[in-house]
Amino acid sequence: MHDLSCTDLTKRFGTFTAVSDVSLDIPSGSFFSILGPSGCGKTTLMRMIAGFENPSAGDIRIKGESVLALPPNKRNVKMVFQHLALFPMMTVGENIAYGLRCRKEPKHEIGPKVARVLERVGLPGNEDKKIDQLSGGQKQRIAIARCMVLEPDVLLLDEPLGALDLKLREHMKIELKQLQHQFETTFLYITHDQSEALVMSDNVAVMNAGRFEQIGAPKDLYDAPASGFVAGFVGDATVLEGKLGEVRGSQGRVVLEGGQEVVGSVSDSSTTGDTVEVFLRPEALRLGDGEPGCRLGGTVDSLLFNGASSRILVRTGRHLIEVADPEQRSGVSEGSTVNVCWSADRARIFARRPDGGAIV
Amino acid sequence: MSRDAGRLSLILLFTPFALWIALLIILPQLGIGYVSIREKVGINQYEYGFKNYVDFITEPVYRNTLLRTAWMSILVTALALIIGFPIAWYIAKIARERSRAALFLMCLIPLWVSDLVRAYGWIVLLRETGVISMTLVKWGIISQPIEMLYNDMTVIIGLVYTVILFMIVPLVSTLQGMDDALLEAGYNLGGSRVTVFRRIIVPYAMPGIVAGCIITFMLTAGSYLTPILLGGKNSSWFTEQIYNQFITRYNWESGSAFGVSLLVFTSFVVWAGLRLTGQSLATTVAKE
Repeated sequence: MHDLSCTDLTKRFGTFTAVSDVSLDIPSGSFFSILGPSGCGKTTLMRMIAGFENPSAGDIRIKGESVLALPPNKRNVKMVFQHLALFPMMTVGENIAYGLRCRKEPKHEIGPKVARVLERVGLPGNEDKKIDQLSGGQKQRIAIARCMVLEPDVLLLDEPLGALDLKLREHMKIELKQLQHQFETTFLYITHDQSEALVMSDNVAVMNAGRFEQIGAPKDLYDAPASGFVAGFVGDATVLEGKLGEVRGSQGRVVLEGGQEVVGSVSDSSTTGDTVEVFLRPEALRLGDGEPGCRLGGTVDSLLFNGASSRILVRTGRHLIEVADPEQRSGVSEGSTVNVCWSADRARIFARRPDGGAIV
Repeated sequence: MSRDAGRLSLILLFTPFALWIALLIILPQLGIGYVSIREKVGINQYEYGFKNYVDFITEPVYRNTLLRTAWMSILVTALALIIGFPIAWYIAKIARERSRAALFLMCLIPLWVSDLVRAYGWIVLLRETGVISMTLVKWGIISQPIEMLYNDMTVIIGLVYTVILFMIVPLVSTLQGMDDALLEAGYNLGGSRVTVFRRIIVPYAMPGIVAGCIITFMLTAGSYLTPILLGGKNSSWFTEQIYNQFITRYNWESGSAFGVSLLVFTSFVVWAGLRLTGQSLATTVAKE
């Protein structure tokens, strides 16, 4: 049973197609994220599910029932807005009671329900506080409580962590995941931040230019990306451009622009002669001598200390290669000559992305 | 050194405002208040007391004129709010960025013309031999020219037209500050159009509504030209009584008492309005 399914959903604005043939099925009680750069159509997709936009084609079903004919206020999907959209002229309690009162629930039941949901989000007894008396994280929890008190089939979250500062964002990631477990409701989370999507989700759909590139568990997306876009967008990677030479099995030999040859596994339908990109994850690389084709020589350009995710930047030709160096254990110094190596199955080869992988 | 300079600039900047308030508002009011408790008993002989106010209260014509003025002003304010709100909503929320300025300008244009000319404009349209009456006769809709001036309806229309801008401006500025996501959240959580309007839009716009209502009410109650020109002798507008006392009867003492009464009474209406809607002047003026 799927709480939310979309079939061939398309949205066109004039000649521009914002969402194109998107299909997804979200199992009950799971945390599903849509990850994509800004302008990829993910907000439009969410607004269609909430009922604020009408799809040009396709169907949206909630608990198996099509909701296309229902106006937004009749759909049992609730939404946490990007800037939360808490009602500033109401108290915390009134904000949460708003939905219950719209539903015409008996007055004597509203009070206890509000108190209960406040307790579940860890803010008991805050009914009479004004919205502007709350901290960023508390506002977040009230926005979720305001939706959850209505027991929605699906909770939509539109980049709600975007406005928070980094420390709080890290904290709220964990908290959101816990809240989702606690309420056992299906969460559909939209974000452009890959770490949010990877940390919290059971499944992630990577969206680009109105289409889904890949749907899968975070680990699958990271370890086995289906396209160059996914490989570049999910996680860090050094990208080397070149021409695909001989292909044997899944192994391909790529001639880089500088003339060096590297070996990697061809992960899409690229064939000999195509312009391709080789993706190397920092943690798949180490300093030392590897097999021929699985190494590049260079000089240490700079050392970036960041605790367990420290990096070494190695310059080879016109490329800078990012090598993981947890806690700077390698002990190399800037300017020294080193070799970077990897195992062939961890270098992934994809057709060159049309925009050259520019970060949007 | 720099603190002294800062202080000096503060004083210099504040002086024109302080002078304006003191010389043109406070001092004349004190003078009026003083004159209003004075009674002429002979040439250059005066007694002091509240006889002017007692006369005002005991004379039904004066009392009723004031009440009538207040009622009509409340009606004008309510009409300006009902008509102005959709206009303000359109300008703030529906119109595109570029046409917004043009629409605002169109609301301002009537202010470029003086009160007097605007009132005569209405007269040209509405009088017996005016544009509307003559056109209707020409089209055969009515057989004889009709007089559309000199009744309460005309006075109200003219006043609403004059003051509506002062309702629209504060409404637009509050509504513009409203995030559209609030409306969407209102629908998303199950609210109907009516609920969203009543529980989200109106409370959000309340400071603008109150500010607009206070300005319109005060302007209407204190207006003179429009009710006199459009309402004629029957208009019974309170400012006309004040004019009569000062100019026609040359009874400054009584006129001053009327003026003070008008100020006190309209302030009371505003206070009562604020209490009824649960607003305070502070939240209206200082927008958070």
